[in-house]
Amino acid sequence: MASDASTDKALQVELVAADRLVWSGQATMVIARTTEGDLGILPNHAPLLSSIIEGVVDVQTVDGETWVAAVDAGFLSVADNRVSILSERAEMSHEINLEKARQDLERAQASGENDDAAQEAVRRAEARIRAVERAS
Amino acid sequence: MALSVREYRARIKSTESMKKITRAMELIAASRIIKAQQRAQAAAPYARELTRAVSAVATFSNVDHALTTEPEDPKRAAVLVVTSDRGLAGAYSSSVIKEAERLVEKLRGEGKDVDLYTSGRKGEAYFKFRQREVVQAWTGFSDQPTYDVAAEIGATLIAAFLADTDGDESGSDARPVDEVHVVYTRFRSMLSQEPTAVRLLPLEVVEGTEAPAEGDLLPLYEFEPSPSDVLDSLLPRYVQSRIFFALLQAAASELAARQKAMKSATDNADELIKKYTRIANQARQAGITQEISEIVGGVNALADANAGQD
Repeated sequence: MASDASTDKALQVELVAADRLVWSGQATMVIARTTEGDLGILPNHAPLLSSIIEGVVDVQTVDGETWVAAVDAGFLSVADNRVSILSERAEMSHEINLEKARQDLERAQASGENDDAAQEAVRRAEARIRAVERAS
Repeated sequence: MALSVREYRARIKSTESMKKITRAMELIAASRIIKAQQRAQAAAPYARELTRAVSAVATFSNVDHALTTEPEDPKRAAVLVVTSDRGLAGAYSSSVIKEAERLVEKLRGEGKDVDLYTSGRKGEAYFKFRQREVVQAWTGFSDQPTYDVAAEIGATLIAAFLADTDGDESGSDARPVDEVHVVYTRFRSMLSQEPTAVRLLPLEVVEGTEAPAEGDLLPLYEFEPSPSDVLDSLLPRYVQSRIFFALLQAAASELAARQKAMKSATDNADELIKKYTRIANQARQAGITQEISEIVGGVNALADANAGQD
């Protein structure tokens, strides 16, 4: 998707995990999954604070590239064309070990299904797998 | 005092090998401090953004949250003491424990019972040895804490704080408390680390360091799904990130304290070696002098005997 000329301003995006800054840069669009559903953010979005759930974050950079990252539950804040995505864990798609994610998913599905922790693990593994698949 | 030269040599040797060990530990600590500092720096953006978000919510909504309300009559306090797993770090653990004891005294003076939580083996050992109950102890990570550990500690302490104090211990295994304190060592610089006690819960939301007076800094946020929901998931994370911050600071302080302690141990070993070498030389010279006088004495005795025969 080409960034059209009307977006005079770009989004300043920061994807932050608890122990490191995963990615920061300029972007034209960010898509994240909030508790209410998928949310796309374009430049000049109204200030927003929202909780996000385990899922995939898409970032279209100003160079026309697309970054995909898997995140855990966390937050998204938008203000003044600054988007920060906070999550305890976040991984860029190229950092994810697909094999390991698949194994994690299998293991999580095999263990008690009604467990909250197990379901969280399932969602986390699924998000990682989806992130890799979408990036490729 | 008068040992043989051989014994002094043995002492010099053992001091030298000890010096090698302390020197190695000093170097290891030095290289790890840099990593610990990098970790602390890497965690800073998360804490900064979280603090911004919390102050934004606090400013624009008057939602009261269980984690921010002061209990009317605090009777019980939890104290988390962050110490090291291993020794050989000078006064690091003992000074943080001393600070913790001071806090416990103060809380007791205010008529509150104290529940102890520790992180690091040294703290646990200290309280166990004195037959004082430790509600929960976490060990095995003191020089490189991960966020998972901080999250677990945070979850435990929040559960204890949110548990109903007045209710009897039915069902939940959490021990209810009215406030939560953390005692850790603040990393000021390589040379100075300072044991600090802070109150973690109930939360006092600190406004960001940037002046909150300027209206354009904190925009009017929309909250999704609702301010209270956002606060619900924001505040526990804020607590956890504060604990993570404390653990990271403590790790950097521990390594700095260890480096300093090992450096002075190495210097001390140098001194000892010098001293022993001097004494050994003296003993050697004394031995030589004695041998000479014995030989001279022997020769004289022979000469005397020969002279007597003539």
